[in-house]
Amino acid sequence: MAAKIKIPERKLQELKDICKSFNNEKGELINVLHKAQSSFGYLPAEVQEVIAQELNVSVAHVFGVVSFYTFFTMKPKGEFPISVCLGTACYVRGAEKVLEEFKKHLKIQVGETTADGKFSISCLRCVGACGLAPVVMVGDKVYGRVAPEGVKDILAEYNG
Amino acid sequence: MATHKQLRIALRNCGVIDPEKITDYIERDGYSALAKVINELGTVRTIDLMKKSGLRGRGGGGFPTGLKWEIASKNYADQKYVVCNADEGDPGAFMDRSVLEGDPHSVIEAMAICGFSIGATKGLVYIRAEYPLAIERLKIAINQAREYGLLGKNIFGSDFDFDIELRYGAGAFVCGEETALIHSMEGKRGEPTVKPPFPAESGYLEKPTNVNNVETFANIPPIILKGAEWFASIGSEKSKGTKVFALAGKINNVGLIEVPMGTTLREVIYDIGGGIKDGKEFKAVQTGGPSGGCLTKKHLDTAIDYDNLIAAGSMMGSGGMVVMDEDDCMVSIAKFYLEFTVEESCGKCTPCRIGNKRLFEILEKITEGKGTMEDLDKLRNLSNTIKDTALCGLGQTSPNPVLSTMDNFMDEYLEHINEKRCRASQCKALTRYIIDAEQCTGCTICARNCPVNAIKGERKQPHTINQDICIKCGVCYEKCKFNAISVK
Ligand SMILES: Cc1cc2nc3c(=O)[nH]c(=O)nc-3n(C[C@H](O)[C@H](O)[C@H](O)COP(=O)(O)O)c2cc1C
Ligand code: SF4
Ligand code: SF4
Repeated sequence: MAAKIKIPERKLQELKDICKSFNNEKGELINVLHKAQSSFGYLPAEVQEVIAQELNVSVAHVFGVVSFYTFFTMKPKGEFPISVCLGTACYVRGAEKVLEEFKKHLKIQVGETTADGKFSISCLRCVGACGLAPVVMVGDKVYGRVAPEGVKDILAEYNG
Repeated sequence: MATHKQLRIALRNCGVIDPEKITDYIERDGYSALAKVINELGTVRTIDLMKKSGLRGRGGGGFPTGLKWEIASKNYADQKYVVCNADEGDPGAFMDRSVLEGDPHSVIEAMAICGFSIGATKGLVYIRAEYPLAIERLKIAINQAREYGLLGKNIFGSDFDFDIELRYGAGAFVCGEETALIHSMEGKRGEPTVKPPFPAESGYLEKPTNVNNVETFANIPPIILKGAEWFASIGSEKSKGTKVFALAGKINNVGLIEVPMGTTLREVIYDIGGGIKDGKEFKAVQTGGPSGGCLTKKHLDTAIDYDNLIAAGSMMGSGGMVVMDEDDCMVSIAKFYLEFTVEESCGKCTPCRIGNKRLFEILEKITEGKGTMEDLDKLRNLSNTIKDTALCGLGQTSPNPVLSTMDNFMDEYLEHINEKRCRASQCKALTRYIIDAEQCTGCTICARNCPVNAIKGERKQPHTINQDICIKCGVCYEKCKFNAISVK
């Protein structure tokens, strides 16, 4: 599972408050996880344990849900998370080559983070911007019609 | 984009009104369908009208909407639910996103109409977390509708109460399937269960639940206002009204279109889509996403409707339409979809979890030039077994991309297997870099740059590439200044 960390007191309270805002209802688990992930950036084992306790379900149940959905991650992402869309439209317009280029430049695989914690790469299944294919997102910023040659320039924007 | 062949019903307000202003929607007859249903038609006549209109579900299955409502209305329970499926999982589709972003009130109004008709007071929208703008617009719209008394208690002074909440998806394609969607809304893993029981009997929290797609809902207010005859006069014999498609891929005009059912693929691709990009040749159009298939030139004059697309070996699906040209390898396309399925299979049943993985492996073998004629039989047999035995719609349709490409592009499969050749030069293992002796000046730049010393030749003499050593890196092709190297 994920690396061992200790949750600071302040964050612990925030997590409990998130659970409380959904009345500690076990049916709200997915909503709680969404909120927790946007606060912590990812869902390490310790966070899952607290949520299980607060919603009165087993840790295995929480882990089962976290691991089922690709939106949830147990590893911290980079400061600038790169997501390459691999939907059909992006695929036929060459998204795979763009992905290869990112992997080559950053020397990491999909799902990994660079050693300096700056970049991570993940794949998406369609952000619904097929008209702009191939699409790459860095954080919330969307880049359309990305060519493999353009990858260097995108990375340069964040390497300043 | 050419508009004369288009007809906007579901998209009637998109781009026309300000989606964050309820008054804009109301000015264009918004919420008057809800008023008509509550004050004039009542439940029985509303359901009757929906049945007569011929509207079928736009989420892919094409089940008659009026009939679905009637079944849900007849199941008695202390609480029932209306669910809007906004999971839009087909990777190549963005119709539902556009409706929710451009006209959220039409979905809210239609959900209330459905609630009134089947006797439900609670609505839930299951929406992908990947659509933040649509989520924001929906939230604004729901709050405005509450302020105007169009959601809440005693709507239009009647004893009908109705309100809507949002539930978020978390990136699992199978959650678009309605039983999986319901489990996900309950905070569990989104695994499908066997039907029956259908959601109309036992759905969310085991109560009768009516699930409809976003676009299905968006069609409903105009149907109520203009009548069943009007709607039934549009479209083909068994598929009424219009369908929204997301045109993407190698086509000049990408974007959303809405056309009457019965429009031909040729009209969509050439008249509306403006033909193939860069003057290339049309090869295929993929409809129905991972559940659908690839149609080819011979299908261009097929009238698009639910039944014709199934007869042609594909599916309407939710409306993704990806156009492919001569540069696309159809075996690779089939492999692309299978890779998607393998990743998205929930793993609950064996035919889907293991069968699709095997399909993928065979396709991979073929694209690497290691396929045999036997593999083709295996592909077909295994595909049919998976279709017959998988538990949910995901597995039951996942072999379609394989079967349809085998039916329509067998020559490409045979080339990969017998000639070890990929005509689109997409399969890396099969591409060959070749030096044209006529063009080669013997400058030696390729030989000096080849990382594995695959190129031999004397200075000022034509060079050659040893195919057994070449790793297909493409460096020589990039370095040659005389265009002497080509990819085959
Ligand atoms: C694997 C799978 C994925 C599906 N994805 C969606 C989807 O993203 N959106 C949708 O509306 N329906 C989807 N459906 C269809 C739903 O199960 C359901 O039939 C539909 O929401 C009913 O609404 P309708 O009758 O208005 O089409 C999917 C079905 C399957 C089997
Ligand atoms: S067919 Fe696939 S997705 Fe559907 S239940 Fe079986 S394993 Fe899960
Ligand atoms: S493609 Fe690469 S490995 Fe093959 S001959 Fe050219 S440079 Fe050498």
